[in-house]
Order: sequence, then structure tokens, then C-alpha cells
Amino acid sequence: MDAVDLARLQFASTSIYHFLFVPLTIGLALLVALLQTQWYRTDRPEYLRLTRFFGVLLVINVAVGVVTGLVQEFQFGMNWSGYSRFVGDVFGAPLAMEGLAAFFLESVFLGLWIFGWNRLSRRVHLATIWLVALGGVLSAAFIMAANSWMQNPVGYVINPDTGRAQLTDIGAVLTNPVFLRSYLHVLLASLVTAAVVMLAISAWHLRRRPDDPGFRSSARLALVVLAPATVLNLLVGSELGVTEGEFQPMKIAAAEAQWETCQPCSFSMFQIGGGNNDQTPDKIIAVPHLLSLLATNSWDGQVVGMNDLQAQYEQQYGPGNYVPNVFIQYWAMRVMAYLATLIVLVALWGLWRWNRLGSSPWFLRAALWSLPLPFLVNTAGWVLTENGRQPWIVQGLQLTRDGVSPSVGTATIVVSLVVFIVLYGALAVVDWLLMARYARRELEPETPPAEVEQPAHAPSY
Amino acid sequence: MTTLAIVWFIVLTVVWTGFLLLEGFDFGVGMLHRLVGRDEEGRSLAIRTIGPVWDGNEVWLIVAIAGTFAAFPAWYATALSAFYPLILIVLVALILRGVSFEFRSHAATARSRNLWSWALAVGSLVAPLGLGIMLGGFLGGIPIDAREEFVGGFGDLFRPYAVLTGVTIALVCLLHGAVFLAMRTTDDMRLRALRIAKVLGPVVALLVIAWVALTRFDQGGALLSVIELATAIVVIAAALLVHAEREVAAFTATLATAAGIVVSLFSELYPRVMVSSLDAANDLTIATTASSPYALAVMTVVLGVLLPVILVYQGWTFYVFRNRVSRADLTDDDGGGGAGPPPRPPTADVDAPTVRPDRRELHPVRPEFRFVTWLLAWAAALVVALVRGRGGPGTRSQPAGGERPR
Ligand code: HDD
Ligand code: HEM
Ligand code: HEM
Repeated sequence: MDAVDLARLQFASTSIYHFLFVPLTIGLALLVALLQTQWYRTDRPEYLRLTRFFGVLLVINVAVGVVTGLVQEFQFGMNWSGYSRFVGDVFGAPLAMEGLAAFFLESVFLGLWIFGWNRLSRRVHLATIWLVALGGVLSAAFIMAANSWMQNPVGYVINPDTGRAQLTDIGAVLTNPVFLRSYLHVLLASLVTAAVVMLAISAWHLRRRPDDPGFRSSARLALVVLAPATVLNLLVGSELGVTEGEFQPMKIAAAEAQWETCQPCSFSMFQIGGGNNDQTPDKIIAVPHLLSLLATNSWDGQVVGMNDLQAQYEQQYGPGNYVPNVFIQYWAMRVMAYLATLIVLVALWGLWRWNRLGSSPWFLRAALWSLPLPFLVNTAGWVLTENGRQPWIVQGLQLTRDGVSPSVGTATIVVSLVVFIVLYGALAVVDWLLMARYARRELEPETPPAEVEQPAHAPSY
Repeated sequence: MTTLAIVWFIVLTVVWTGFLLLEGFDFGVGMLHRLVGRDEEGRSLAIRTIGPVWDGNEVWLIVAIAGTFAAFPAWYATALSAFYPLILIVLVALILRGVSFEFRSHAATARSRNLWSWALAVGSLVAPLGLGIMLGGFLGGIPIDAREEFVGGFGDLFRPYAVLTGVTIALVCLLHGAVFLAMRTTDDMRLRALRIAKVLGPVVALLVIAWVALTRFDQGGALLSVIELATAIVVIAAALLVHAEREVAAFTATLATAAGIVVSLFSELYPRVMVSSLDAANDLTIATTASSPYALAVMTVVLGVLLPVILVYQGWTFYVFRNRVSRADLTDDDGGGGAGPPPRPPTADVDAPTVRPDRRELHPVRPEFRFVTWLLAWAAALVVALVRGRGGPGTRSQPAGGERPR
């Protein structure tokens, strides 16, 4: 492995790790805000107890989300100084706006929410959690705008003197068609993630206490959010495929391992073999027209194959290999689509058992076991997005290998990679144990524990 | 060099200042919470003073870094790739410290609680030390070649002047945190914090004055600039006010000290952003690293709209949590529920004012502490003298390892 591969591995693993926590934070903040709003409006104690129950999980999750995000902020400069130098003029702006517009909001109001129960009026306190949720939604907007610019650079010129990208139109960057769609996709994915987590935890409790009114409410809230969000996200996802077909045709061709141009194109359920050295894998169960539909939104659309694209790119950009890792691309697409479909099924099943949630052990079991699904789907989605862009770090403008830091040696990256793996691994274990412990607790008793004698070993700060 | 580029250099100075002002006392409290809080409860109380605000304070660092990326991409690229190993250490410290708040308060066993408390203490020390070394390195110089790339080794990041800057900043944070704790706690905790601050006061004052003088003289000046002079004066004021047990005034003085250090450093740096120890021609400057005028204009508008709003709501948080914390705040919390204390029934007496202990009840500083203080102060002076002898900033005659040609 050379420095480029190592830097890629480090960026990929730390980002994927960050993005395990991110969607849960964004989605759960919204769900908790909804619960607290319900409490504010109805004054029913179970909503307060649910707010506090899921609030603890939110706060534990944010802790890891924040520190891993901090790493991201420094990483562009550490490992990708060539890239940072080249794009900073354009890419830095949304990143800085994210800090100013989103992180301040999120962090300051989370502090107020956690510690403000008795210091703020009920209405102001409710407003703080909504502002936290807004912060999450905004941060996703700016970071997705930045990322989308790498997929489809717009609103810039290359300065002839410096050879670097230079911002000319911030409006274009913020209305990048890739951005608008993938932002929606990520927001919906966040709602899906949080709703599945809420559903799974509620299901765990309902299996033990089928009549628990609190967890029945939360299971229903989760379902009400989950069902439309997943279905909508399927639609947005397929729209993303069209966007890809337009701006990054290599990406979508690789996702189907489509070497030759086709029209109409079928979508295979599975393949045996495949990869960059096997242009004729055995494709199993080819669904006719589906790829055409996904990539072009029309029944008989044409999808340009990778061989033709490679020839075209060689002409455009000079000799080189412009095909990403096809094997990863093919399976990332399928993992995302299939597991996402499973989530849809769980959601529909839940709607069907709406009035009998407590007495549906099989559904409750399925709901619990769907807990890892959104995390896998999200990760697959990012691998699809980022791997498919290779070998470009900025589509058509800079190759990944030109983006790395020239002054950082292989040994340094190896050390930092090991440090991150060990540290993140330990955090994952502690975080999982904590989350599991709190998720298993029953809802707080009606009398606030303030009036109960505190166990000496468990003060909070 | 466009005006906007200069504006953004000033903006970054302000943002770094905001970071050191605010996160500075968080770091100090983190370092000191084990000393000021003798038992579990005391430690929780000490942490509680910053619990609601530390995360918002840390965002100033994020904005400093992201702002550098946006306004001076080449500075961001060169600095972070050059200081890679140091930043890795800082990141580990920030991560451990960042999660320790939550993980400590939820720890199931006394052992793991203790472990996270140590993570907080050590992380809070290493982070400002490391960031200070980086800031010192910007001015003191590291080997940067004509392509704006770092060509030195690990050791080049830890030149004496940079290390001195790091130590100074870490100690200022320590004093800042001690004074903050004295201001925000009651009874025995307040006394312990004050006692620590009294010991630290003269040491920090001496160190800061030495740092200011060294910075100035090695940059080729004879007289201190107004800012540097002011820094030296406020740090003395801080030590005196601590001695007089006037926490709020002393806190204002330590705030000013922290600000003074950042402003001194950046004003000496101007118009450069990173000094090359190899050749003045390789220095990174505002002009060579700034983004295009359009990008800067966009950022300026965004900043102009958002910064006032941020200042208002962040200020409001400090207002909401302005009272001294006391044991009552802890029993108020639910046992380890991170979602904070449950709402009290509306009749409860919210925010009963905490009584400020009578000045006369305070114990005077014990003589042995004074002694130790002066001992430390002299040691610091000695270190400074040594550093000066071995070459501080601007010693371009000593490139990396001494063997690289100029
Ligand atoms: C789709 C959303 C999304 C994406 C793609 C990313 N993040 Fe993130 N980030 C968030 C959404 C988010 C968040 C939901 O807003 C977090 C998670 C936990 C939190 O408190 O905020 C967050 C936290 C977070 C923090 C800590 C903020 C704080 O202290 O409050 C930083 C510095 C970053 N992120 C930076 C990044 C960078 C540089 C990324 C690019 C590689 C990145 N994030 C990808
Ligand atoms: C602003 C947001 C983002 C930017 C600027 C960004 C940029 C990058 C960069 C610089 C690399 C390394 C070079 C490369 O391999 O292309 C990369 C790779 C990668 N990133 Fe992103 N990324 C962003 C968000 C994310 C997020 C949130 C994830 C979430 C999990 C992610 C997943 C990946 C993956 C899986 C790779 C590895 C792809 C590969 O090398 O095969 N990215 N991205
Ligand atoms: C609940 C279900 C889903 C979740 C949680 C999910 C999650 C994600 C995530 C996190 C990304 C990376 C961010 C981005 O660029 O938007 C992504 C990308 C993508 N998703 Fe999904 N996804 C889901 C369903 C689908 C479905 C069903 C499809 C297609 C039929 C789809 C198509 C895509 C495509 C094409 C991309 C790549 C976008 C690009 O290249 O920029 N998604 N997905």
C-alpha cells in the first residue's frame, strides 16, 4: 500500500465511522423534538418520560459524533493538502459556513437543553431542542453542498496563474443539482436511521411489557415517521441514479458492472464473479428495463458502458484508467437497495399491526433485528458515492493521487491509522455498552427522581 | 494583498482569541477538576461549572480551522500537513476529553469513572499545549521550502520557542480555569481553587512576561508593542486580583491575558501567516495564501450576518448558567441520565441565590505555598533564559537538524 491508498483508507474509515453517529443525531434530535412538542401540547407524562429516555440516547450519541467530526475538520489538511490547496477557495466556504451556521447552534442549544430543564420556561426549553435539530439539518446541508461539489463541480473557474479552483458563484454551489437531491436523500436517511433505532428499542420493551403505553407511543411515532421516509427515500434514491447518469455516468455504469453500452438495460439481482478484470460476470435474475429506468428515468434509456466511457475519458483527459473498483461499486449498490427494501417491509408490517403491536411477537422480533440495517445502508450509500468517483477526488478536475499531502510519509499515516482504529474501536465499545444499558432501562417513574434519594455512585455533572 | 484578505486575517485572530478565552477555562477546569474537587461529588461539581458550555466553546476551534481553510487554503494545507504528528496528538486529546464528560457521568463503576476523569484531566492539558506549540511554530518558524511544503522532521515541530509558547498557553489556561472555578463554586471548593490560583498567579505572570519579551525581541523589535505591553500588565493585574480574592475582576484579567497572547502572536506574524526557518522568501503570507476576493466577500457577508447572532445566543447561555454551582445542583440531576435534571414541579424555588461566603472566612495562603510559588517562578525564569540562549524564533541560521543548506 502506498501513501495514497493509506490516506484513502484512513479517510474512508474515519468518515464512515463519523457517519454512523451523524444520521442518528440528526434524526433523533428531530424525533425527540417531536416527543417534547407532544408533551408540551398534551401534558401527558408519558411523553415527558419518552423525551427524557430518548434524550439520553441522543446525548450519548452526540458525544461521539462531535469528537469524530472534529477529526474530519483537520483531516483535509493533514492527509489531503494537495486537494485542500486546489479546492480551498470553493470547498472551504461551505465548511466554514457549517461551523458558523450549524455547529454553534447545535452545540450551544444542546447545552441549554440538557441543563436547562429547570432554568428555562417550558416554551423556551422546547425551542432549544428544535434549534438543536435545526443545527443538525443545517450542518448536513453545508457538508453535502461541499461533497456534491466534488461530485459535480459548479460555480468556479480554474485560475490560470495558480492552477487552482476559484469560486465564482456561490449560488451555483448551493443549487448544484447533485447537492439538492443527495441532501434530501441524506435527510431522509437520517430520519430512517433514527426511526428504526426508536422502533427497535420500543420493540425490545414491548416484547417484555406488551401493554406499556409509553413504548407503544414511541413505536407508533417511529412507524409514522419511518414508513413515508423510507418510501420517499426509495424515490429520491432512484432520482439520484438519474443525476449520476447525467453527471457521473461512469459511476452508474460501474454500479451495474455494465461494460458495454446498452439500450434498454436490465438490472441484475446478483452476479457471480465480476470486478475490473472480469468483464463477463454471470448475472443472475436480470430485471429488464430496470437499469434504464434507474439511470435515465425512461423505459428504454441508453446507459453508456464503461469501455466506451473509458475511451471517451482518455480522449478528454489523456491516458489513464478511469474505471473505479467495479466489484465494490456493484455490491455497494445492491447492499443499499436490498437492505433499504427490507426496512420498507418492516415499516409496512408495522403499519399493518398498528393496533396490535404488543401482541405481534414476530413483528417485534423483526423490528429489533432491523437495528443494524440503516447503518449498513448508509455506509453502502457512501461507498457507492465515493468509490464511484474514483480515480477522481474532484470529478474531472483532480485525481485522488494528486490530492494527497506530499510532505506526509507512509509511516506517519500508518501510525495515525493505527491510532484512529484503536481509539475509535474503544469508543465504539464504550458507546455501544452505554447505549445498550440506557436503552434497556424502563421509563422513569412518574415522580421525578429529584425527590428520590440519589445513589451516591451515580451523580451526573 | 486585498483588504478582504487582511480582514480575514483579523477575523481569524478574533476567532482564535475567542477560542482561547472560552475553551481556555474549560481546559483549565478539566486539568484542575481532580484537585479542586477532592471527592467524586466535588469533581462532578467542578465539571458541572463548564458542563453546559464547553461544547459550544469548542466550536470556536472548529471555526478557526474551517475559516483558515476557506480564507487561506494554502496556510491550512501547509500547516496541517506539516504539524501532522502534533495534530494527531491534539486530536486524541480532544477526543478523549470530549467523550469523557458524557462517559464519566454515565460510568457504571468507580474505576471507569476515575479513568474518564483522568482522560479529561490529561486531554485538557495536552490539547492547549499542542495547539500552543503549533501557534508558536507559525511565528517561530519551521522548515518550509519554496513549494510551501514542510521539509523538516518531527523534532522541528518542537523548537524551544514553540514549546515555550505551548507551555505559556497551557499555563494561562490553567490559571484561567482556576479563577473560573473560584468564581463559579462555593465553600471549600472555591477556597481550593483560589489557593491554586494564588500559587499559579506569579508563575503565569512571569512566564507570560518572558514570552512577550522574547517574542518581541526575537522579531527584531526593541520596545514592546502596545498590545504586548498591555498583555504584560493585565497578567500582573490578574495575579494581584487573584491575591485579593476578587474572582470576577481576576477572571476579566485572565480573559484579557488570553486575548493578549493571541493578539500579540498574530500581530507579530502579520503580514506573514507562517514563517519559514529556511528562507524569508519561503514565508507564507496573507497575500500568497488568501482565497479569491469573491470567496472572501461571500464569507464576509455570512460572517457579518451570523457572528452577532452567535454572540448573542452564546452570551445568553452564560447568562442562564451564571450562578455558582453547589451541591444542590447535583442532587437536582437524575442519577446519570444525560438528559439533565428532570423538570421540577412549578412550585419549586428555582435558582435560589447562592450565598457568597464572607471574605473573612477565607483562609490565608499558607506560607509554604508562597514559597513554592516563588521557587516555580524562578525555575520558569531559568528555563526562559536557557531557551533564549539556545535560539528562539527568527533563528534562521539553524535549519532542520542543522545540515540542510539554506
Ligand atoms: C449529512 C451530514 C453530515 C456529514 C456528511 C458530515 N457531518 Fe460532521 N456532523 C454532522 C453532520 C454531518 C452533525 C449531525 O451535525 C454532527 C454529528 C454530531 C453532532 O453534534 O453534529 C456532526 C459533527 C461534526 C463536527 C463537530 C461539531 C461540534 O462540535 O458541534 C465537526 C467538526 C464535523 N462534523 C465536521 C465534518 C466534516 C469535516 C465532514 C466531512 C468529511 C463531516 N462532518 C461529514
Ligand atoms: C464533505 C464531505 C466529504 C468530503 C469532502 C469527502 C471527501 C473525500 C475524500 C477527500 C476522500 C479520499 C479520497 C478518495 O478516496 O476519494 C473520500 C473518500 C471516501 N469517503 Fe468521502 N467525503 C465526504 C463525506 C463523506 C462521508 C460523510 C462519508 C461517510 C461515510 C464518506 C465516505 C467515503 C468513503 C467510503 C471513501 C472511500 C472511497 C474510496 O477511496 O474508495 N465521505 N471522500
Ligand atoms: C432508506 C433507504 C436508503 C438510505 C438510508 C440510503 C442512504 C444513502 C446514503 C447515506 C448515500 C450517500 C449520500 C448521497 O450521496 O446521497 C446514498 C447514496 C446513493 N443512494 Fe441511497 N439510500 C437508500 C435508498 C436508496 C435507494 C433505494 C436507491 C436507488 C434505487 C438509492 C440510490 C442512491 C444513489 C444512486 C446514491 C449515490 C449518489 C451519488 O452518486 O451522489 N438509495 N444513499
